[in-house]
Amino acid sequence: MFKCKAVWNKLAPLVRASSTLCLQNARKSVLRHGRRLEMVQKAQMSSGPAGGGGENTLYYVLVGATCLGTGVYAYRTVSGDKERYNERMIDLVNRPKQGPRAAEAVTEVVAGSKEAPLESIPELSLEPVKSEPVEEPTLTEAPVEEPLVTEAVVEFTESEPVTEPLVEASIPEPTVETLVTESVVEASVPESIIEVSVTEPVAEAPAVTQSEEPLASVVESETEPTPVIITAHVPEASPVSESAAVSEPAPAAEPVESTAAHSDVPEHAPYLLIGGGTASFAAARSIRARDPGARVLIVTEESELPYMRPPLSKELWFSDDPKATETLSFKQWNGKERSIYFQPPSFYVSPTDLAKVENGGVAVLTGRKVVHMDVRENKVKLSDGAEISYEKCLIATGGVPRNLQVIDRAGEEVMKRTTLFRKIEDFRSLEKISREVKSITIIGGGFLGSELACALGRRSTDLGLEVIQMFPEKGNMGKVLPEYLSNWTTEKVRKEGVNIIMDAVVKNVSYKNDKLEIKLKDGRLIETDHVVAAVGLEPSVELAKSAGLEVDSDFGGYRVNAELQARSNIWVAGDAACFYDIKLGRRRVEHHDHAVVSGRLAGENMTGASKPYWHQSMFWSDLGPDVGYEAIGIVDSSLPTVGVFAKATAKDTPKAATEQSGTGIRSESETEAVAVTLKAETTAPPPPVQQKEDYGKGVVFYLRDNVVVGIVLWNVFNRMPIARKIIKDGEQHADLNEVAKLFNIHED
Amino acid sequence: MSYLNIFMSKDRIIFVTKEDHEAPSNAELIEDDPNDPYEDHGLILPNGDINWNCPCLGGMASGPCGQQFKDAFSCFHYSKEEVKGSDCVENFRSMQECMQKYPELYPQEDDNDSAPSGGADNAPSDSVPTSSPESTPATTENPAAS
Repeated sequence: MFKCKAVWNKLAPLVRASSTLCLQNARKSVLRHGRRLEMVQKAQMSSGPAGGGGENTLYYVLVGATCLGTGVYAYRTVSGDKERYNERMIDLVNRPKQGPRAAEAVTEVVAGSKEAPLESIPELSLEPVKSEPVEEPTLTEAPVEEPLVTEAVVEFTESEPVTEPLVEASIPEPTVETLVTESVVEASVPESIIEVSVTEPVAEAPAVTQSEEPLASVVESETEPTPVIITAHVPEASPVSESAAVSEPAPAAEPVESTAAHSDVPEHAPYLLIGGGTASFAAARSIRARDPGARVLIVTEESELPYMRPPLSKELWFSDDPKATETLSFKQWNGKERSIYFQPPSFYVSPTDLAKVENGGVAVLTGRKVVHMDVRENKVKLSDGAEISYEKCLIATGGVPRNLQVIDRAGEEVMKRTTLFRKIEDFRSLEKISREVKSITIIGGGFLGSELACALGRRSTDLGLEVIQMFPEKGNMGKVLPEYLSNWTTEKVRKEGVNIIMDAVVKNVSYKNDKLEIKLKDGRLIETDHVVAAVGLEPSVELAKSAGLEVDSDFGGYRVNAELQARSNIWVAGDAACFYDIKLGRRRVEHHDHAVVSGRLAGENMTGASKPYWHQSMFWSDLGPDVGYEAIGIVDSSLPTVGVFAKATAKDTPKAATEQSGTGIRSESETEAVAVTLKAETTAPPPPVQQKEDYGKGVVFYLRDNVVVGIVLWNVFNRMPIARKIIKDGEQHADLNEVAKLFNIHED
Repeated sequence: MSYLNIFMSKDRIIFVTKEDHEAPSNAELIEDDPNDPYEDHGLILPNGDINWNCPCLGGMASGPCGQQFKDAFSCFHYSKEEVKGSDCVENFRSMQECMQKYPELYPQEDDNDSAPSGGADNAPSDSVPTSSPESTPATTENPAAS
């Protein structure tokens, strides 16, 4: 350092000297040049025509005038714009009926708008429709997508908010619109928009994600909770100063309910479960079993009590009971009837009583969405502004059905005729539609798509309904089952009356002549009345941002450890959890039993168990009531598989088969699996090779590095414990036929 | 599937007759540790306690009458009387009383403890078509919801 200083000291004077020298030179040269120029000019001019001098001045004058003119113009434009903007804002404000308050707000807004970072807008939480009838004039913020708001609000009673874009409300600056599109759904960060917000960030217009769900569902579930919620956040002190202004425009309709609304939301819940599906219910039960007197609060944005999903695409369609859609009851595999609801309403305690009831209980708060999570303070904020503090929290938000981009962009007529199937209302709506239209197309060849295709296919003859199923794979369940089983499955689905279109990539969907026209990439054209898109599930991870939780980039969903914990007091279970499976690695599973198992595990861990994901969950699928299979572990058709199937008849002897084929040894159990394959061609009477294989009953092993990581039990039931054991062991078995013996596939 | 196909594809298929599978399997399975803390246990834990979280109990231990049920059943479980549970009449009575208040949840068609018809389901704990591995006889029934 000293060295540096010394050096610098030495150099400094030099530098100074040289710089001054430079400057002087510069000045001199400029002057010199200037003079020279003048002199030259003068010289020229002196020799030039008489008007030469005049030209020079004229030149200077012109240049100067232009500059001046530009400056003035620029100034004028900018200030003019400012004025126009202000006028416009005032105009907007005066248009809706909010009156003086709003105007005040506007002027504030206007004043603050300069500084308002447009970037803050994405921070806006766009709440789900259910939450509110936003009264605020969401002027500055309201991006085009913002439904609800202002105008709509005041007339608003119980009708659905709808996605009427309030174009007027959008700021002139074009940037805003781009910013606030899809992703939004951020938890509200009120602070960030304080300066501009007249708006309650909390009670904002519906989340754009909401639009993914059929609007119909929104409408129905809307009716009940709304009147309560409308005023719910009115009394809620908004972090923004304009809260006073905000409350004013609130629909006068329910001023009385304001206090009532909030009081039904408990302020504190020792166990808070976000999401009211299978995982959440399983956790609730687990908590109650292990912690006597536990008080559990489930918060769900649906308007239904917790129910199970599988019957919505299976049993409820096969029910002979015409009232099945209303009662949602179905017959189980053992013949007994039950409802899809886990428990009747009497099982639950009301949220208001939760804190008081003697032995605790489970309460369900329907129609509210948790929009913000404050992990440091251990509390969450609901869509209606209410806050609930917790001690332990479970996030079991599941997901929303994915939609095809081409359908998203296809316009409202197409969207009206598209179903994204997930909830009870989707089932009811599709069931109704199936009785009304002539043709339904299901896009997607996975579990949901195939099950719905089979279900609708069975009704097709009675209803005169054409059922089409299309997918990019080569066969139904193409990503799950090995090719031969996938082909077999496809045949089965065809037999149920479904017209299957394979290798189908949808390029475009349009609405023409009262029909939907689906154009495929290879040029094929399909006309239909209604579309069901079963193309996957998008996990709901909206709380990740506000809670500071990690989202997995490979599988989606919240990233949690082997004990399903995301952070100290936060667990995640069900479809939304990307967890570490000790045996099979990191995964995210979207099956019913997994929701149950993970929910139960999360509940145990929330009550202090510290157990990792150990009990492997299974799944099943029914393709019509005749064929079904159960599976466990990683069942991915891209893995190598070994299938062991029971032969249709036991007529042929090993000896005969060997003689016939003339080839090697018929597989004895000790020999390697490779030799075994010879058997496949030497079936009963010749010609052996061409006989159609009937994969009636069997077991399929999925291998990864020679270890069994997944098993499909094809038409063999009640063997799941054995399958579970094999996966748990994680051993490399030399001969899988030996392992297959454990299943006794020939017995019933 | 043709002979060639089988060799080329990554999916192998084996057809077996009943005779093929008659001989007992020589596949090796790892011995299960009965005290494994991670394992799900049945109704009774290794240390003798009752596993209230057993799917076999359905919603009995978690419902509105959960506390009464637990008291009654615990009493019965630890009862050393000759007629087991005879000292627990009081507990069972209060459980009965509680259950009568919720006829929807606890349909009064049958009896008391381990065959609970109340709770209306254990489907969440089992998948619908199969019974849970740790099931006791109670598991497989699912009474009408209401």
